[in-house]
Amino acid sequence: MTELDLAGQVVELVRRLAGPHAQAEVTVTRADLALTRFANSFIHQNVAESATTVRLRLHLDGRTAAGGGSLVDPDGLATLVERTVAAARLCPPDPAWPGLAPAAPVPPAVFDEATAEASPDERAGRVRAFVDAVEGLAAAGYCRTAYRSGAFANSAGQSAVGRTAEAAMDGIARTGGADGVARLCADRLAEIDGAALGARAAAKARAAADPIELPPGHYEVVLEPAAVGDLLQNLAWFGFNGKRYLERQSFAEPGVAQFDPAVTLVDDPTHGSGLPYDLEGTPRRPLLLVEAGTTRAVAHDRRSGAEAGVGSTGHGMPGGSTFGPIPHNLRLLPAADRPGPAAGQVSGGVTGAVADPDTAALVGGMARGLLVTDFWYTRVLDPKRLVITGLTRNGVWLVEDGVPTRAVRDFRFTESYPQALGPGRVLGLGRTPVRQPDRMDGAWWAAPPLRLASWHFTGGASG
Amino acid sequence: MSGFDAATAAVQAALDAGARYADARVMHRRYESMSARNGDIEELTQDESIGLGVRALVGSSWGFHAVPELSDAAARDAGRRAAATAAASARVPGPPIDLVPAEAIVASWSSDCAVDPLGVPLSDKGDLLVRATATAREHGADLAEGLYQIWDTAKWFVSSEGHRIDQRIRECGGGISATSIGDGETQRRSYPSYRGQYGTTGWELVTSLDLAAHAARIAEESRELLTAPECPAGETDLILGGEQLALQIHESVGHAIELDRILGWEAAFAGTSWLDLAQLGTLRYGSELMNVTIDPTIPGALGSFGYDDEGSPAVKRDAVRAGRWVGVLAGRDSGAVAGLDYGGSVRADGWARLPMVRMTNVGLEPGPHSLDEIIDATDDGVLMDLNRSWSIDDKRLNFQFGCEVGWEVKKGRRGRMLRNPTYTGIGPVFWRSMDMLSSEIVPWGTPNCGKGQPGQTGHTGHPAAPARFRNVRVGVRA
Repeated sequence: MTELDLAGQVVELVRRLAGPHAQAEVTVTRADLALTRFANSFIHQNVAESATTVRLRLHLDGRTAAGGGSLVDPDGLATLVERTVAAARLCPPDPAWPGLAPAAPVPPAVFDEATAEASPDERAGRVRAFVDAVEGLAAAGYCRTAYRSGAFANSAGQSAVGRTAEAAMDGIARTGGADGVARLCADRLAEIDGAALGARAAAKARAAADPIELPPGHYEVVLEPAAVGDLLQNLAWFGFNGKRYLERQSFAEPGVAQFDPAVTLVDDPTHGSGLPYDLEGTPRRPLLLVEAGTTRAVAHDRRSGAEAGVGSTGHGMPGGSTFGPIPHNLRLLPAADRPGPAAGQVSGGVTGAVADPDTAALVGGMARGLLVTDFWYTRVLDPKRLVITGLTRNGVWLVEDGVPTRAVRDFRFTESYPQALGPGRVLGLGRTPVRQPDRMDGAWWAAPPLRLASWHFTGGASG
Repeated sequence: MSGFDAATAAVQAALDAGARYADARVMHRRYESMSARNGDIEELTQDESIGLGVRALVGSSWGFHAVPELSDAAARDAGRRAAATAAASARVPGPPIDLVPAEAIVASWSSDCAVDPLGVPLSDKGDLLVRATATAREHGADLAEGLYQIWDTAKWFVSSEGHRIDQRIRECGGGISATSIGDGETQRRSYPSYRGQYGTTGWELVTSLDLAAHAARIAEESRELLTAPECPAGETDLILGGEQLALQIHESVGHAIELDRILGWEAAFAGTSWLDLAQLGTLRYGSELMNVTIDPTIPGALGSFGYDDEGSPAVKRDAVRAGRWVGVLAGRDSGAVAGLDYGGSVRADGWARLPMVRMTNVGLEPGPHSLDEIIDATDDGVLMDLNRSWSIDDKRLNFQFGCEVGWEVKKGRRGRMLRNPTYTGIGPVFWRSMDMLSSEIVPWGTPNCGKGQPGQTGHTGHPAAPARFRNVRVGVRA
């Protein structure tokens, strides 16, 4: 039985049990997820799961309830429907129910069969290549593949199917307390080159050895794509989130030039792996969030879209009622079609600190500042201004006259992300975006390196 | 097919496929949550999930496979696949792995539960959240939110060494928050803590919180905070309330004493630990007042169980005794690698996840003081409580926390409310500065501890009480 058959069966069960006026939406997703994890240069955890889950949301007589689970046999589906109907009848009224998604076609999803069927040996092979490439350093990280095949159906006549696959590798090399990182998310496992990633991580780790401690303060920075990915993630969760926007907890002001003109941000699910419809059955399409520095939109599911009067942008997601609709395929568009520094080379300084020509071009223009590889454990201090505290990780270098001269110990920072990207604050943008994996497959953050006028480091490694 | 039968079939299939050790967990979990906003129900979700996860050790390499079916064929296939995955792991092999010896246990255990939380009518639970959030809204909150969550988990564990354990663990909790939105900033107050209080207990816990009775106060305080003076910047004596200290323990002690982190197994993601096993038993972690235990036997605390997910019985251990580091959170494989004779702190977030080292209840033993005595004894300081943000480095040393609220403490008296209080420091320096600790211990529950790849959400408990720390940097801002 296909996922669409199962979804249709649940819609029909609802109609039979609760009557034709009941509004039901159903997603059924089969997921084969596998992750091969390594540490101290050996595979220590190697997991796979294969599961089909069903989720039902039901609106009945003005009341709403949702339920789901892994029981997809006839008894399991019947129990799910009975339980959810009973729950809806007992619930307090839901006056803000936005109705069901209307019938609409969904775009095709990116799908690679070989990635969907990847074996434990193929993942282990990439780990082997990564470990070999670090040439004696300690290596840690993972290689993962994900396959999802899903279907949506609702009682308003919308139905959709899709299947997608994704691969990712994320690893560090370690030497003497210094770590270097390389990570990549791709639509095809074939694009994941464990040896290349391992070599990059090892070069960065060696370059990060013997760090000095610098005083906290405001520094000009070049952020590598891993660090920029953290900016995108926090902007998405707390800024371009339609629920938070409606609650006046977001900085976003559509129509206002809140960012530097170099910043164009698009949530673009069609650019990479992911199912082509959201949890409510709305087709997922690109959404322009920031255009040349001007905020254009925030993401909505049906509930927040109805409240805002703009409709859903295709961002219904599990937990959305609580966390809000969050764009999770963000692309910071590179400088390819705009004037920007050409790809460069760093001559001299710490070998390996700058790992690609794109970053080299940005570093080469910096008189004095810091090259930052990655951010870690970033948390919101003030949601409205999106003031975040966090730490640097996996390599920081002092840059003087365009050359990385010393490795630097990690900093703690406290910074308003929108302010750091504000008008006049972006001094350069790379030309080559690198797609960073999220903790969950289907979410990713693609960005080139970024040069910013100022970043507020509020503490050093010693406190 | 029963849970035990399916788990047994999976274990046998893994052994038949070449494993020298295997274990399997069948888990059946029912989950319910309801959230309310400004007097309306926002979401009700009820999930039910059942499946089996089997772990196989082939040579010195592990493999794990999980399926949502309990048929004999599905269980055996999962066992075979776990062994095949373990064989693939051997392409990048590690050092020999042993397991801490364990007695084969056949047992059954259930957590205490006076009022079945799933048996309480939805209308009653909904009315509670509606009433509390409506009250907070009426008293000035721009955004009043309420949430409860319930987990009812049945587990069947079988190992190739003869374990056969079933458990039923019921957990629940809830809380409310009020947010006031001013010009360019928001202020939040929560009760009883951020995201609420949780325990391995029945609905009686939520009833005892009396959420509605606190709704007006937190709403008024959130509005008051908008015009309160900023927390001053500088070094001062810091008094932490118990809820915030619970998270401080979680982040700067609990994670730091996880043996998998100490061994480097989490290096690429969650991070490592500043602790070095060579210093176990001798390292000064904190002041003499600091006595931290690992105790999954505390009735009602969120990190309690009868047996962990490797079949090790719940046992109370010391982690820090009189300020000295003496114990870790371990599993049977990590314990053996470290040369220890215990595991006992391994859990899996559902049937589809690999069991791994997790906190149980990691918390402080009572001190000799009370909060009033601590305030009385403080000439110049800041009292902070209820967490608003948390961040700590990958070695669990450099932390920065934000709290919902602060109060000036001057000459032994609590004074003005302060907004945006933050503090920062280095773990062992901070803990060594603790000079007063209250006896008013509460086992705070943290239902959202993230760890592992793929991600797992752990439920942990943290007995904590108000305490004072000397010369702490406060008032960090952008």
